Amino acid sequence: MSGPAISTRGVTRDFKAGQQTITVLHGIDLDVKAGELTFLVGESGSGKTTLISIMCGILWPTLGEVEVFGTDIYDLSDDDLVEFRLQNIGFIFQQYNLIPSIDAASNAAVPLIAQGMDRHEARKRAVAMLEKLNIGDQAGKLPNQLSGGQQQRVAIARALVHEPRLVVCDEPTAALDAASGRRVMDLLREVAVAEDRACIIVTHDNRIFDMADRILVLEDGKVTHDGKHMPEDH
Amino acid sequence: MIWIAIRMLTGDPQKFFGLVFGIAFSTLLITQQLTIFVNLLERGASGVYNVSSADVWVMDPVSRTTDVAYAMPSTALDKVRGVPGVEWAVPHIRANASVRTKDGDLEGVAVIGVDDATLIGLPKNMVEGSVDVLSQPDSVIIDDVGTTRMFPDASPIGERLELNDQRAVIRGIADAIPSFTSTVVLYTKYSNALNFVPGTRNRLSFVLVGKADGLTSQELVDRIEAETGLRARTREQFARDGVDFIIENTGIPLNFGITVALGFIVGVAIVGLTFSLFIRDNIKQFGALKAIGVTNGTIRRMVAAQAGLVGLIGYGLGVLGTVGFIYAFSANPTFKGFYIPWQIPLISLVAVTLILALTGWLALRNVLKTEPASVFR
Ligand SMILES: Nc1ncnc2c1ncn2[C@@H]1O[C@H](COP(=O)(O)OP(=O)(O)O)[C@@H](O)[C@H]1O
Ligand SMILES: [Mg+2]
Repeated sequence: MSGPAISTRGVTRDFKAGQQTITVLHGIDLDVKAGELTFLVGESGSGKTTLISIMCGILWPTLGEVEVFGTDIYDLSDDDLVEFRLQNIGFIFQQYNLIPSIDAASNAAVPLIAQGMDRHEARKRAVAMLEKLNIGDQAGKLPNQLSGGQQQRVAIARALVHEPRLVVCDEPTAALDAASGRRVMDLLREVAVAEDRACIIVTHDNRIFDMADRILVLEDGKVTHDGKHMPEDH
Repeated sequence: MIWIAIRMLTGDPQKFFGLVFGIAFSTLLITQQLTIFVNLLERGASGVYNVSSADVWVMDPVSRTTDVAYAMPSTALDKVRGVPGVEWAVPHIRANASVRTKDGDLEGVAVIGVDDATLIGLPKNMVEGSVDVLSQPDSVIIDDVGTTRMFPDASPIGERLELNDQRAVIRGIADAIPSFTSTVVLYTKYSNALNFVPGTRNRLSFVLVGKADGLTSQELVDRIEAETGLRARTREQFARDGVDFIIENTGIPLNFGITVALGFIVGVAIVGLTFSLFIRDNIKQFGALKAIGVTNGTIRRMVAAQAGLVGLIGYGLGVLGTVGFIYAFSANPTFKGFYIPWQIPLISLVAVTLILALTGWLALRNVLKTEPASVFR
């Protein structure tokens, strides 16, 4: 694969807060490569969630361009952008947002079902993904019958089941103790990182910083560091 | 995705049943009240429907319905018989009277005198006894609803009544459509009725007419009116007059209208609230679906499927409930002969569709407004 997985050029985002406008991102220029576990790190409020939302096509930048695997995603029509996300992006939400009344396998199968795949075929693939994540035996359980960690694995399975080229993940370890947090990161590295797939993780959890291939530090809406390790002063 | 939408809904039994209940309740209220309304209105035409063989009713120009009639001189009968196109014409008397029962109770009744020779004017069917009993002196036939009213415990056959101080004996029971007020009706021969009803002249209420082949009822009506100066109405017109009289002279349309409107409003309120709560509870899931890649169009179809399922079940239960109600009360004389005209379930279906379209649209607005980016918040 040639070229970066994601490239942002001059991405700026404003929010209206009452009378005044605050600029959360100031002209972000970034390239994210496939095959790497990329961390987006920064203090709370530094703009991490805003940036990752823009990079995965769910939040419009005020200015600038975003290309994902060569597609200028904010040049697409609304429906084409939705379709682009469905085909190319896997989401792991902080609150998992599983559907409470369908079982783990069906939850994990949602992107395939949304793509129009037959429900039984989709479930079969979802069960295979759950097995890969070591919760194959929980496939028939409803979300509320699972532990928090198991629910997160279902959410990870849902993000990967349709083999997207970009996986985004907001604060995956925030609610976990140190050991579980590291286990989840190991798992993500194992299943979410691939030759032709980019994986971006937003975090401010310093217990896992050593597990990144690349760390981007965001401060007040600007990228202030880019490297394999965290800068000394952090 | 439709499957997921349905599971989202049924996975929340409380709200699901709340929605179904709201729709069922609205359907029941609207269907049941409209059914009673229409059937009650039709009672205004029962006097006409009970005499199925008359094509045209002829009356004094001021008469309005079978029950609001001004008597004519008996010469009117001959005038009508002289009009070309009149196949037959018979006298018909309708009057109010009081009877004293054996126990001494006083009851207001309607006395209907039918043609002595042909017995035209009697209801088509008998519940007990034969129409021939009228040939015996002082005989009357009581209608079935009157029977349950005046003789709830025992058969009225052979009972003696004092009818405006005249002796009358019940010898049969007719199968009749009850009147709007469910008044007890006593049928007797015209000649007998003249004895039961006080007064000396002008006691002919109607002339019932059968038309000859080759002309329409309306043509005959025009001809009779032109030649006799009396008022004539076709069977259908006169039935309609009876219904209109009730509409114009009672608060019934307004009262039923209010109840039906309430059924609609309560439906909107219950379903609207529950639907909105359901959507709000699932807004995170909907947001996640939107982020993952479900279009607003598909979200619309999902909510429509949820509304459709609720509507189907709720509407079915509501209509079944109405049928059950009519069935359960079919033995009650007040509800005798009640049926559900096909237009009524259609009307409540439209009402239910409106309720769901309105509430579904309101609930949907929140989902469509949800930014996919909100899932990371
Ligand atoms: N929808 C919004 N409306 C207004 N302000 C917002 C909105 N989203 C984010 N912000 C503001 O943008 C800034 C960065 O937020 P965010 O990207 O969530 O940071 P982080 O994820 O690093 O904590 C914060 O000051 C936040 O209040
Ligand atoms: Mg954040």
